[in-house]
Amino acid sequence: MLRYILKRLVSLAMTLLVASIIVFLVIEVLPGDPASYMLGLNAQPETVMALREELGLNASKPVRYFTWISGLVTGDFGISYTYRTPVAEMIADRAVISLPLAVYALVLSTLIAFPAGIIAATRRGSAADVSIMGFSQLGVAIPNFWFAMILVTVFAINLRWFSAGGFPGWETGFFNGLKALTLPAIALALPQASILARVMRSSLLDTLGEDFVRSARAKGLSVRQTLWRHALRNALIPVLTIIGLQFSFLLAGAIIIENVFFLPGLGRLIFQGISQRDLIVVESVVMLLVFAVVVVTFLVDVAYAVADPRLRSR
Amino acid sequence: MKRTFSILIAAYSIFCGVANAARTDIVVGMQLEPPNLDPTAAAAAAIDEVVYANVFEGLTRFASDGSVIPALAKSWEISEDGLAYTFTLQSGVMFHDGSVFDANDVKFSLDRARADDSTNAQKQLFAGITDVVVVDPATVTLTLEKPNGALLFNLAWGDAIVLSPDSFDKAKTAPVGTGPFIFSKWVQGDRIELSRNTAYWGEPAKLDKATFKFISEPTAAFAALMAGDVDAFPVFPAPENLAQFDADPRFTVVVGSTEGETILSTNNKQPPFDNKLVRQALAHAIDRKAIVDGAMFGFGTPIGTHFAPHHPAYVDLTANSSYDPEKSRALLKEAGFTEGFSTTLKLPPPSYARRGGEIIAAQLRAVGIDAEISNLEWAQWLEQVFRGKDFGLTIVSHTEPMDIGIYAKPDYYFQYDNTGFQALITDLEAEADPARRTEMMQQAQQMISDDYVNGYLFQLAKTGVANADIVGLWENSPTQANDLTAVHWK
Repeated sequence: MLRYILKRLVSLAMTLLVASIIVFLVIEVLPGDPASYMLGLNAQPETVMALREELGLNASKPVRYFTWISGLVTGDFGISYTYRTPVAEMIADRAVISLPLAVYALVLSTLIAFPAGIIAATRRGSAADVSIMGFSQLGVAIPNFWFAMILVTVFAINLRWFSAGGFPGWETGFFNGLKALTLPAIALALPQASILARVMRSSLLDTLGEDFVRSARAKGLSVRQTLWRHALRNALIPVLTIIGLQFSFLLAGAIIIENVFFLPGLGRLIFQGISQRDLIVVESVVMLLVFAVVVVTFLVDVAYAVADPRLRSR
Repeated sequence: MKRTFSILIAAYSIFCGVANAARTDIVVGMQLEPPNLDPTAAAAAAIDEVVYANVFEGLTRFASDGSVIPALAKSWEISEDGLAYTFTLQSGVMFHDGSVFDANDVKFSLDRARADDSTNAQKQLFAGITDVVVVDPATVTLTLEKPNGALLFNLAWGDAIVLSPDSFDKAKTAPVGTGPFIFSKWVQGDRIELSRNTAYWGEPAKLDKATFKFISEPTAAFAALMAGDVDAFPVFPAPENLAQFDADPRFTVVVGSTEGETILSTNNKQPPFDNKLVRQALAHAIDRKAIVDGAMFGFGTPIGTHFAPHHPAYVDLTANSSYDPEKSRALLKEAGFTEGFSTTLKLPPPSYARRGGEIIAAQLRAVGIDAEISNLEWAQWLEQVFRGKDFGLTIVSHTEPMDIGIYAKPDYYFQYDNTGFQALITDLEAEADPARRTEMMQQAQQMISDDYVNGYLFQLAKTGVANADIVGLWENSPTQANDLTAVHWK
């Protein structure tokens, strides 16, 4: 087991190293110079040169890569070119919105998907099954930004129950923060819940057809007991995999929803960073997300090995 | 129970009534967030939109009608030869950190802006200044290399505001100025909050608190106004929604002028645009009315030269480039392009460029010019078009006030090189007599119109939406600013 974990750790480190080089190179080849972007149309060439010098953009690429990566390793993310504030602080400010939003959306989607998927699977072919599957089809098909705009029109503009967007800050109270994240979380959760409900249903149906379920029934367990004690546990493995994938997607992939609700999250930070050529911010945030995904994958690998001893020898 | 309830309702309505009558705060929506808050260190209009006239002040400033009025300088005297400007400063002015403002701060700020290692985006404003001399704490003299009729105008720009040597290095994130509002908080990506400066030297602000909220998505801007999260959006990004706001009694739609000449910039050194006949053919192929209607929902004034129509010295030269496809085809033929030609049309992100570009491409196709559209991000546009001069045509709005002088820079991206025009601008800069200046500005407008340097399209309108109870917002945009000093609720 220990050897297995060590091997995984080495591959994790290698992945991060290769990823950092790719991220750096890809972002550096973007055409456009942060200094001339900041100084605009009337700037004189010597002013642009002076700013490039000040930002440290005149150093060679390898030098800048090593400065950046050695900073990252020690937890120093550098200073943003445009905002002139430490990137680490900016990321922390944005993460307190993006992270709770992702968790909130995931909780909502799980709370919707689990009962829906279980009902659909256990009452296969019934009216409930057909309507759940119909709704989930709709949920997958509706673009979430459009759904978000509908939510805003109904609950913010007409009913005025919620703000149309923005984030007041956690310091104004936990419930204020949670309220501000509610509409975005629903908009994000709907398509995720639809996918999850479908996965839950088919996985549960597969499990319910397995021999061990029949043995359990033959042993004298009721339908309900078989479902809760045996089928559901086994059906959860693919569902958990999907949840893991969805979490990394929600963390980074909420850019559009963040724009619709003008939430200052990580997605918008990347978006702004790219258009302003604030390369150091983009590089650091992307690297952080890569790190998060790689670590989650590592944990999943370890969890698999715990669950299934056959994997350890590989 | 019932009684308690009705008392509660009564209390609530009294509370609301009081709250409405006494509102002393405002939430102003903006599409772009400023990258930092130091107007002397970057070109972004969003910086001035937050801090100009609110937090920072210079010696002179723009009034809402575009005229230049005294600010930190109470008055000034110009020497006979026009080479020395002596400013008498306002007394009793304090920076927000409590330090006293005097002539040394003026000297420090101007010297910093014109220094060799200056990163001021508008360094050219200070070009002719040879020295800044502190006469006494309330008097400062600027000496010039040669007379400069535009000096007071130049000093009114946000890039010329006065900072204190003790706090200038904090200006990017926590600005300390002399204005009627004090910077209080910046939640990056979301909002900036200002509060009233109770120790302000001039007429104090009427509002206690002002919040600038950043909403980039046009549909979100619409929703935020509708839901009451934002009280005003001075530059509203979705002109298609303006009719709806106009019909709604809760809102007022404010249509004003800006300094943005929107032009079909033409690479004057790239064949076939080095041929004046071809440029003239372009000018006659464009239907300005159709572009304003189609791309700007009818907001915008057609122009025939690079000058703001609301400026007193403006000459209407739209007839010079009248829409006449027949004439355009004839001119192309005369230039030797019977079959037309193809070129590139590189478009930056704003909707005037993207939507306008589609319409212009169709209009050019009608006279045989095939303009291949490519959409660029700003950073790419700056690299390829502005610095690399690798383009045939592009559409851009030049938003700096009074910027006809860019036509006198032969290496500016559209590369217009006319020594006669350059001499005229040099003379204009040195001229201080207002009547002579007007005459020369008119001559300059005529010259670039006759040379068909660029396709002059329209003056960008400032279309804003605000709660109908707000009074005192700037209607026009003589510089990109939201001066909130006079703003209050009815």
